[in-house]
Amino acid sequence: MIKAILIFNNHGKPRLIRFYEYFAEDVQQQIIRETFHLVSKRDDNVCNFLEGGSLIGGSDYKLIYRHYATLYFVFCVDSSESELGILDLIQVFVETLDKCFENVCELDLIFHMDKGGFSAAPARAVSAVKNINLPEMPRNINIGDINIKVPSLSPF
Amino acid sequence: MALKIVKGSIDRMFDKNLQDLVRGIRNHKEDEAKYISTCIDEIKQELKQDNIAVKANAVCKLTYLQMLGYDVSWAAFNIVEVMSSSKFTYKRIGYLAASQCFHESTDVIMLTTNQIRKDLSSPNQYDTGVALTGLSCFVTPDLARDLANDIMTLMSHTKPYIRKKAVLIMYKVFLKYPESLRPAFPRLKEKLEDPDPGVQSAAVNVICELARRNPKNYLSLAPLFFKLMTSSTNNWVLIKIIKLFGALTPLEPRLGKKLIEPLTNLIHSTSAMSLLYECVNTVIAVLISLSSGMPNHSASIQLCVQKLRILIEDSDQNLKYLGLLAMSKILKTHPKSVQSHKDLILQCLDDKDESIRLRALDLLYGMVSKKNLMEIVKKLMLHVDKAEGTTYRDELLTKIIDICSQSNYQYITNFEWYISILVELTRLEGTRHGHLIASQMLDVAIRVKAIRAFAVAQMATLLDNAHLLTGNTQRNGICEVLYAAAWICGEFSEHLEEPMATLEAMLRPKVATLPGHIQAVYVQNAAKLFATVLRGQEGVPADSTVAQETSQLLIDRLPLFVQSSNLEVQERASCILQLVKYIQKLQQKDVEVAEEVTALFAGELNPVAPKAQKKVPVPEGLDLDVWINEPPSGSESEDEGRKSKGKAVFAKEESRHTKPRYTEVDEKELAKRREVRKAEQANNPFYIKASPSSQKVYQDGVGVEHIPVVQIDLSVPLKVPGMPMSDQYVKLEEERRERNKADKKKKKDKKKREKGEKGRRRRGDSGPESEEDITPAHMVDIVTEEMPENALPSDDDDKDPNDPHKALNIDLDKPLADSEKKLPVRSHRPDEVLKSPMEDRQVVEVVPEPKKKTGKEKKDRKKSKEKKKKHKQEEEGDLMGAGSEEPVQPEETKEVAAPPPASTPEASDLDFWLSNAPVPSNPQAAAAPASTPRTASGMAAVAPDSEPEEAKDTEPEETKSSTHKKKKQKKEKEKKKKKHHHNHSDGAGDESVQNGTVEEEEPLPPMSNYALLAENSYIKMVCDIQGNLQDGSQVVVSVIFENKCDSFIKSMEFNVLDSLNSKLQRPDGAGPHDGLIVPFQLPPGISNEARFIFSVQNIVMPQKLKGTLTFIVKTDDSSTHEKLDFKLHFTCTSYLITTPCYSDAYSKLLESGDLKGCSLKLEGVNQPFHHLLARICFHHHFSVVERIDSCASMYSRSIQGHHMCLLVKTADQTVSIDAKCDEPGLLGNVLDEIKLTFSQC
Repeated sequence: MIKAILIFNNHGKPRLIRFYEYFAEDVQQQIIRETFHLVSKRDDNVCNFLEGGSLIGGSDYKLIYRHYATLYFVFCVDSSESELGILDLIQVFVETLDKCFENVCELDLIFHMDKGGFSAAPARAVSAVKNINLPEMPRNINIGDINIKVPSLSPF
Repeated sequence: MALKIVKGSIDRMFDKNLQDLVRGIRNHKEDEAKYISTCIDEIKQELKQDNIAVKANAVCKLTYLQMLGYDVSWAAFNIVEVMSSSKFTYKRIGYLAASQCFHESTDVIMLTTNQIRKDLSSPNQYDTGVALTGLSCFVTPDLARDLANDIMTLMSHTKPYIRKKAVLIMYKVFLKYPESLRPAFPRLKEKLEDPDPGVQSAAVNVICELARRNPKNYLSLAPLFFKLMTSSTNNWVLIKIIKLFGALTPLEPRLGKKLIEPLTNLIHSTSAMSLLYECVNTVIAVLISLSSGMPNHSASIQLCVQKLRILIEDSDQNLKYLGLLAMSKILKTHPKSVQSHKDLILQCLDDKDESIRLRALDLLYGMVSKKNLMEIVKKLMLHVDKAEGTTYRDELLTKIIDICSQSNYQYITNFEWYISILVELTRLEGTRHGHLIASQMLDVAIRVKAIRAFAVAQMATLLDNAHLLTGNTQRNGICEVLYAAAWICGEFSEHLEEPMATLEAMLRPKVATLPGHIQAVYVQNAAKLFATVLRGQEGVPADSTVAQETSQLLIDRLPLFVQSSNLEVQERASCILQLVKYIQKLQQKDVEVAEEVTALFAGELNPVAPKAQKKVPVPEGLDLDVWINEPPSGSESEDEGRKSKGKAVFAKEESRHTKPRYTEVDEKELAKRREVRKAEQANNPFYIKASPSSQKVYQDGVGVEHIPVVQIDLSVPLKVPGMPMSDQYVKLEEERRERNKADKKKKKDKKKREKGEKGRRRRGDSGPESEEDITPAHMVDIVTEEMPENALPSDDDDKDPNDPHKALNIDLDKPLADSEKKLPVRSHRPDEVLKSPMEDRQVVEVVPEPKKKTGKEKKDRKKSKEKKKKHKQEEEGDLMGAGSEEPVQPEETKEVAAPPPASTPEASDLDFWLSNAPVPSNPQAAAAPASTPRTASGMAAVAPDSEPEEAKDTEPEETKSSTHKKKKQKKEKEKKKKKHHHNHSDGAGDESVQNGTVEEEEPLPPMSNYALLAENSYIKMVCDIQGNLQDGSQVVVSVIFENKCDSFIKSMEFNVLDSLNSKLQRPDGAGPHDGLIVPFQLPPGISNEARFIFSVQNIVMPQKLKGTLTFIVKTDDSSTHEKLDFKLHFTCTSYLITTPCYSDAYSKLLESGDLKGCSLKLEGVNQPFHHLLARICFHHHFSVVERIDSCASMYSRSIQGHHMCLLVKTADQTVSIDAKCDEPGLLGNVLDEIKLTFSQC
């Protein structure tokens, strides 16, 4: 299960936040701050997993993140998820955003918050995004063949 | 009004939208908070307006602000308003906001129930989708209970998009409302085989998540998952399943054996790293579960370790990390295979990535042995010196201590070395783990008697150099060490060489800057030292001045502590000060006081186990809930505190009664309660009873005296000058080992005998041979921790009682009871019956055509064998034209009266699947105990476990088949029982056909959709045609073949001439004209059902297909080929699927104007209106949406998603039907068919 999806920029400003378990606003902000603190210290060439520890949910949880340009994409997941799978999921997620907003950048996320919010929503279910088909295999994909058909996010 | 709207829209032009808000925030970087607060004021104004667009815009902005950390719960009601907007774009905003800020204590959630229900049943799949997505975030127990039925219905929705979401959200529903799990589970299980891969993977996800928490309830699904694992190519699904198996194997070792092979294959074949990694992980889990019984899996272990090594050596840091992670799992059971990769892991310690270093540290923990401990710790000490950043260094420190202290210091052969390591660690700057080092020092000094002298010497040095540790007040983490040092010096002061010097060091004025609790220990132990000094001096009568000097020293220094602001320090100091003054007086009179003073501190302290306090059992007759004194009124809060304290101090008493708290308890009542409690305890298997035996066990265990304490090896000098000494000890230890080895060679055989006699406790039998050669420098007398008498060791203290998954520990294999088939429903359900989903479910079942909808029914149908009798009867009933279900009834009761089956079918299935062979050769024995997987696995353990292959071969074939048959029979019985239940619910359904208005109306005549297909003297075929729920282009034809002659009919082949539009689905590889073989034979008088699937392109027109059935009639002496031609009639009705529809959705559908109308009049229909409706429902797959007197609206949907609406009215034998559909051709044909139906009766 994915417990939370946090997207923030290089300065720790939240850009898109989804918690799949209720936390009060101040707790949420606290979590974001601490996560940013943990993640921002790390070099780009170190591994993408972090033990969340006391942050959310305890020792069963991991932070899995990727850093794209000015944005950090952090997923907080429990041990039932495959670590490498989630890394690929982040990749897929970013590419989905890229498709929706054409050349996605930080500002897209805040300007289209209503869309982004829900495009992240099915990601909770992972399986929703799991059915997304990328036109070409992105580098560094560990999951092998992903059968992906992008459900165009704005048919409305 | 119009003006208002215009005004509203003009206002809107000046409103900020989300983009403006974001832009504004970016432009007000310096006074962001102020800007936002003005924005919030604006939003509040906007929310007050009537215009929903304005509101939606405002809520949209709020979602953004919420993300920035502003509390927006005050707008909860407005969010609900926006959610209920009919426009999707607004609705979506509403749900987004709700999903972000609603939670269980949001009170407006109650208001949303009906809105969500409406959205769930909306004809627009995106409305449904958005409601499901939102609901998943804020579902509450109430919502879960009220909506469980609706969501369950959606699990069979025609759109995979909805099915997928519905399946996923069921998980949340289960969590909040565990009662729904059992009724919903069959359908969930069905979704594992959904044709849509997304839905399938969603179902796998949900079941895996459930099974992870309560694996044993899902063991029976193992065969199904195994099938999925070997057939699926979706890596996501595979990963989940493989992870699930990882959780299941510990419960069922036989499963592990079955898994090893396919998993190994996957490891070899897959190119996906993630899958490889998960496979390795599960193989490890399997190996762990097997490790006790099966030693010959070294190949698999080797494979895993080898693959992991590749991962660790990879340049990708992520793979390296995961490799180390998995390696640590292997380590637990197969340390040897990991130890050979020590080089690699030590190398990882130098990695620049902290996560990887930490993982490598974890691994080291398990890799140490007596042989390499010193070497590894030396390496770690180097890292400690090099490490930058306190967190990593602290981590290293704790790891060093963990490694050394693990399993009762098992790997430490030289405690001098360990103490010096600890002392070296105290030099770390700014560590937070001073207390950890301190507790290690205390632990070692107390429990290893032989080391005390050395420890005391070291501690004295530490005390002497205390200024080094406390020099910087910022580093007071480390001064905890002084606490240990002072205590050790005081307690074991007899080992001190210069107690005076130490005493002096402990009473320096600088000490007063230490934290209070440490000062307190200082003062107390100064007194102990004083006692030692006195005793030392009195032996030499000439030198009484030294003793007096000591007293004077104390009297001089202690007043400093008496002034301390810390109560503890002050109290102790003044106490001791007075004592010393008194002693001084005595000394001046030349009285010998040493003995008395020493007596103050006599006696040995034993370590107490950390859980000991909690384990103190409640003594007999003590009721913690009973008042000792009647409480004065109004002291409630105080009582509360006392009560909870009582609970914390004593072990929790099982099954405690909640008693009225203020009752006066007289003697009689008390006695009575005591009696009751005793009886309860006697019956309660969990109650820890006072038994003399357990006490004895503990005392035996403690028996300190019996443990031989080896004399200190005097080759190790007790005093080593200078601080960094651990290295010297390493060297010394090596020398010692060398010497030992030489010694051992001399008296090899003698040693062996000794070893046995000594019965060394801690000698691990797990250690490798080479380790046996290393004898510890001194046998560690690890004093066992003390536990209270009568306490039993248990590990259950750590379980979290609040885990929500606990409630989901539900046995899913038990067949559903009648009462459970429907979800429990809230009693005060709102009156608008037709909108409520409960109805909807009933409508489904109501249609008196039982083999249609629910998962269970479908399953039943697959096992058509068991059903045949019923079909036959039904059919007969139909042919007779009149009559009721009566003839079926007696037989059914008979079946039920038969002895109930001994086992659940799933359990025996699983057992059969798992046991390749271990069926005992006696079939009766096999049939009898296979009642639960547990007993079955027990049996397997009895069966020769080590050589299953052989057993399989030698197994007499006959036995196997006979057991198999038995199981089948059992299953059949079970099925029949279920069927019986089923009929019951059908009966109930009949009554409520017209939504509750039926009670007084006459019962319906029986109806059947099975129409005669063809018949000759040998065989009769009847068939029913239905659309396939899952696939819009498929139609399922169920044909019942009945053998009418006295001969055996076999080799039936069913063939149909395909048309352009409709094709029989043949297995891959079959030609377009090949027939399908009917998968059974018919003995005389028997009937059976087979299903054929046709793919259909156009459903607008009815059509007929010509077909032939060929078969062989076999009599005693001859066999003849026969054939029977038939015409399969696909009516348009058969493309319709009974779909429930709520009245609101229905009216919306009609309003949309997409539907074209058509009408029909039937004259001279003289049957009750409810019969008429039932017929339309039954024969034409409609459902009643609403009925008012003699007028009813009905709804159905085609397999390709056409909506079809009917308005049926009746007056004086005339029935008029107005119909609307988005496909006029289809509608016309359906109406014709309805007309035909009524003209026939």
